[in-house]
Amino acid sequence: MDLLKEILEHLQHGDDEKVTALTKKALEEKIQPKDILDKGLIAGMNIIGEKYKAHEIFLPDVLLAAKAMYAGMDLLKPLFIQEGIPTIGKVIIGSVHGDLHDIGKNLVGIMLKGAGFEVINLGNNVTPEKFIETAQQENAAVIGMSALLTTTMPVMKRVVDLLKEKGLSGRIKIIIGGAPVSEEFAQEIGADAYGYDSVNAVETVTRLMSKSR
Amino acid sequence: MREIIEISNGDITAEKDKVLMNQGISLKDELPEKVITLLGKAMDIFITFSHPVGIISDISISEFDTVYKGEGLNEKDTPVDEIFREADNLALFAVTIGEKVSKKIDELFKKNEFALGSMLDSTASAGADKAADIVENRFLNLLLKDGEATPSTGILRYSPGYCGWHISGQKKLFEFIHPEEIGITLLDSFLMKPLKSVSGVIVAGKKEIHNFEDSYPFCSQCKTHSCRERIRALFIEDSPNNRQGRT
Repeated sequence: MDLLKEILEHLQHGDDEKVTALTKKALEEKIQPKDILDKGLIAGMNIIGEKYKAHEIFLPDVLLAAKAMYAGMDLLKPLFIQEGIPTIGKVIIGSVHGDLHDIGKNLVGIMLKGAGFEVINLGNNVTPEKFIETAQQENAAVIGMSALLTTTMPVMKRVVDLLKEKGLSGRIKIIIGGAPVSEEFAQEIGADAYGYDSVNAVETVTRLMSKSR
Repeated sequence: MREIIEISNGDITAEKDKVLMNQGISLKDELPEKVITLLGKAMDIFITFSHPVGIISDISISEFDTVYKGEGLNEKDTPVDEIFREADNLALFAVTIGEKVSKKIDELFKKNEFALGSMLDSTASAGADKAADIVENRFLNLLLKDGEATPSTGILRYSPGYCGWHISGQKKLFEFIHPEEIGITLLDSFLMKPLKSVSGVIVAGKKEIHNFEDSYPFCSQCKTHSCRERIRALFIEDSPNNRQGRT
């Protein structure tokens, strides 16, 4: 079995130690880091995403695979920086001001990284200004916001409005999610998209990115 | 009556099915060994780091009417609004499992231990519910001791943020019961800190008063409809919700 296929297989089993060892070996054998990422790590995570969507595997399986993906990525990232290879896009994520829930948003971040995006996780209780300042500074294409309380959902609209005021609508896309959030609410506040779970969020961000290219 | 209830860690170990349900897994599913291992580890960490404590205070129907009205943001018609008026006894409560578990969850995510962090989060949510069960049972036992409950008494709890009771209802609830005494604070967004805390009203009365249809306009937004199971359990002869003198 070739090395990239082995990485892909072991990643799916959530074997981070094997993925680390195989990624090192692949680098020693002069396989291009971009190929290791695309054909090994991301390809493995794509299969995991599909299997999860089809209810063939459980959330812990996805998260163990993500840990293995991160283990491989840790070895590749310095090389990408060194060679100036850009990621497929930068996404800023956070739970909105007043909201301390982290888990759902973290899962979205993990899956986005697994799909090859660069993710800047601002944590929770993030103000509208912080979302936009960071997106501008980092030249991010997408802001992802999460809210788990109906009382914090209006903060999402403030981010959308602030983005408009600054003339950044269209250039920076907004995706929202969280238990009380819906497609209708996304439309109502003028967000670009709604993600109903982590896998769907990755698909949606990918779609948003391709639109803005 | 107002009481702070120290709860033993061992008593809030949640049932495996409830933890797995929070992970989107049913016990009917064939569980891979690695999921079972994660669950075991999460439960061990949970027992080590949780510090469950609760507070309970009885409240009259007229007092609760004020608490319930809160900031005036409730839905127009709600089941809680009808149920509490028919109650024999009411008590406000708040419980928490403490801050340490939440910190441990953060720590695990930072160390890329996503699966264990997520499993611990699910364990903690189920554990906080279990702590609320214990406080609810304590109220029932007090009523039984005082001869204020009978074998036909049905007892259920309701929380702000659910069933049309707006989450801003937390404000008046906190003003009445002061959960700050057990380390729970309320943020401007009405979120409780520590995150794994539960608050609300415990309603004791005839079982029938709890029996409502989930056909209120806001029910369509509800993703769990867990009221169905809770109500059903009240009417099952040997369910934990229908056992007198529960511990």
